[in-house]
Amino acid sequence: MELDKIEKMVEKYFEATTTVAEEATLRTYFLSKNVAPHLEQYTPMFNYFSGAKEERFTKQVPLKPRKNYLKWASVAAVAVFTIGFYFYSPAPTPVTLADEYTQEEIESAKEAFALLAMNFNKGTEQLYHLEEFEKTTNKFLIKE
Amino acid sequence: MVTDNQAKMKQTEFLNTVMPFKDKLFRMAKRLLVSTEEAEDATQEILIKLWSKKNKMESYNSVEAFAMTMTKNFCLDRLKSKQAGNLKLVHSNYTDENTSLQHELEAKDSISWVERIMDELPDQQKMVIQLRDVEQYEYDEIEKLLDMKPTAVRVALSRARKTVREKLMEKHNYGIG
Repeated sequence: MELDKIEKMVEKYFEATTTVAEEATLRTYFLSKNVAPHLEQYTPMFNYFSGAKEERFTKQVPLKPRKNYLKWASVAAVAVFTIGFYFYSPAPTPVTLADEYTQEEIESAKEAFALLAMNFNKGTEQLYHLEEFEKTTNKFLIKE
Repeated sequence: MVTDNQAKMKQTEFLNTVMPFKDKLFRMAKRLLVSTEEAEDATQEILIKLWSKKNKMESYNSVEAFAMTMTKNFCLDRLKSKQAGNLKLVHSNYTDENTSLQHELEAKDSISWVERIMDELPDQQKMVIQLRDVEQYEYDEIEKLLDMKPTAVRVALSRARKTVREKLMEKHNYGIG
């Protein structure tokens, strides 16, 4: 291709009036090894453009219909929830002691509690002495 | 099992339709978003969106044009929300300037200069020059894709090309930028 034709094409190129075919001619010219020295300034442009076209998308695309599972999972969750509500019954009313235990058992339990209470009271009686002790210590503390 | 096979058929069919232009989508996304990672994410999302619309795909005149428009809108939206959130584009695809200048040929540097110059162009010019000079789209395709008037496409393209030329000259004249 003659040089003056290339020059004209370059001019047209910057005015954006070249066709795709003409641009292809320019590209092959500038990618060749024998570019005229005064046109060399344009080589990086064409080099870059053809290099840029080599970039590839290499990531995998997950195309499994996973979304469907999610959708059905939410449907199932709602179903379980409503069924749960439907069969939900209030807690049974509390039963009396007499229903669960025999008279004997209750009597013996009462006895045991009475014994415990008696002994507990003995213990607390002794605590009055402690109170007396505290009074005297307080006297000392207040003096100082 | 039958449905399983059908699903597989659909998947290969889809991949066959998408295969020829998925790289173009990625390159367009990268042109706008600059960062490789973000462009990959964007492309992935576009392809998944396309996959979810696969049943309607036959009704489109050109799946490629449709996908390209989707990519354009998606990336522009991304950029917009980024500006709104006052976030800076973070990307690491640039090689370290110093080492590359020292070790690589000048010609190779000029090529990466072109990339940097392109990154500074306005979005519309970026898209036009990407579609024309990298992907070699015809003017009427670009008009439709970018929803621009024929003259507007030419003006944008001419401006973009001239800007690249000018900035490249500057770099050459002042030496290492």
